[in-house]
Amino acid sequence: MIEVNEEYCKGCNLCILFCPRDALEESETLNKKGVHPPIEIDDRCNGCRLCELICPDFAIVVEEEDKKLTKKQQSKKCCV
Amino acid sequence: MKEKKSVNIVSGKKIQEKYLRDEMMPHIFCNGCGLGNVLDYALWAIEKEGLDMDKTVFLSGIGCSSRIPGYIHADALHTTHGRALAFATGVKMANPDLNVIVFTGDGDCMGIGGNHFIHAVRRNLDITVIAVNNYIYGMTGGQVAPTTPEGHFATTSPYGNIEPPFNMSDMAKAAGATYVARWPVFKPHQPINSIREGLQNKGFSFIEMLSPCTTAYGRRNKFRRIEDLWAHYEEKTILAEDHDQIEKFGTQEERKALKDKIKIGVFHRETKKSLEQRYQELLEELK
Ligand SMILES: Cc1ncc(C[n+]2csc(CCOP(=O)(O)OP(=O)(O)O)c2C)c(N)n1
Ligand code: SF4
Ligand code: SF4
Ligand code: SF4
Ligand SMILES: [Mg+2]
Repeated sequence: MIEVNEEYCKGCNLCILFCPRDALEESETLNKKGVHPPIEIDDRCNGCRLCELICPDFAIVVEEEDKKLTKKQQSKKCCV
Repeated sequence: MKEKKSVNIVSGKKIQEKYLRDEMMPHIFCNGCGLGNVLDYALWAIEKEGLDMDKTVFLSGIGCSSRIPGYIHADALHTTHGRALAFATGVKMANPDLNVIVFTGDGDCMGIGGNHFIHAVRRNLDITVIAVNNYIYGMTGGQVAPTTPEGHFATTSPYGNIEPPFNMSDMAKAAGATYVARWPVFKPHQPINSIREGLQNKGFSFIEMLSPCTTAYGRRNKFRRIEDLWAHYEEKTILAEDHDQIEKFGTQEERKALKDKIKIGVFHRETKKSLEQRYQELLEELK
């Protein structure tokens, strides 16, 4: 599960571009900065934490329960 | 300092709760600027190494990159432009038990602070320096820096920079640093590992971070979109190992293409006595 801190997001969209599973997209919400923070598309995330690390603004965290990945999902883990 | 835990599960949430001063967040860096990443990776490395924040001091000079320590829950010295290493020398020599981590910029470190830099390196002071190279004086609006590549644009080089740039990592190695690495911010795991190695190294550790400055550098150099600037770093960089292989075994064309590439990786590891060690030995001798 991805948790987005919408107030921290500046809208660079790097998380969306870097996600190896295409699990993020722009949401409908408009935050105070006037940008659309990302939102998770169901069931695609493999918990690789790349979005969390690549977000320059500390606006995404991957929630702990995602640690329990299936073997199949783990094999698809990706890093740059 | 370097006590290692066997399993230390790190998460972004833990990093934020433990280290970030939330009253300072969201940080001031521009949209798409890599400085937030540099901060994040340093915190990951610190957490993985299990550094005690009560025994760690952060220092910086002046510039956007030098604002990084202001976001960390720990003691910090935000010093004058180019002088972070002079202050760091004082901190480390006065209390060698402290972990000393310096954040500096290409202008701060190589421009006004160049002399402090080569001498801190020469002395092999046991500190870790994370130098953000964004090819520009970001904070003051984008003047040419000693690192700006030839032909690139800045407010003070409107027709393209005519000066050859310094290579920060080569300078560090030449002056005697005992750990030298360069990584771009689009690769998270490698810089985290390098900062960890830097913290473990008992000597001058230099980690150069190639970090996109979207506002002062990107716009002026025709990278209108954040992703274009980030992609440029991906295109430009090549692992040092791959570079050397191509140099040896590549075709003429492949070797020609290397001219435009920036090497990344760990460039140097060496064991040498640090300044504090030498000083302690002298004190023992004089007892
Ligand atoms: C003695 C002195 N000279 C000049 C300045 C103006 N100044 C502030 S930041 C800066 C350049 C910073 O460049 P860099 O270290 O690359 O940091 P960046 O903002 O790019 O991260 C300059 C020249 C100053 N603050 N003090
Ligand atoms: S954790 Fe990995 S897979 Fe999940 S959204 Fe982030 S980048 Fe995509
Ligand atoms: S990377 Fe961070 S700041 Fe950029 S769009 Fe994603 S959540 Fe927002
Ligand atoms: S001016 Fe450049 S270096 Fe400074 S915060 Fe903005 S993008 Fe980052
Ligand atoms: Mg700079």
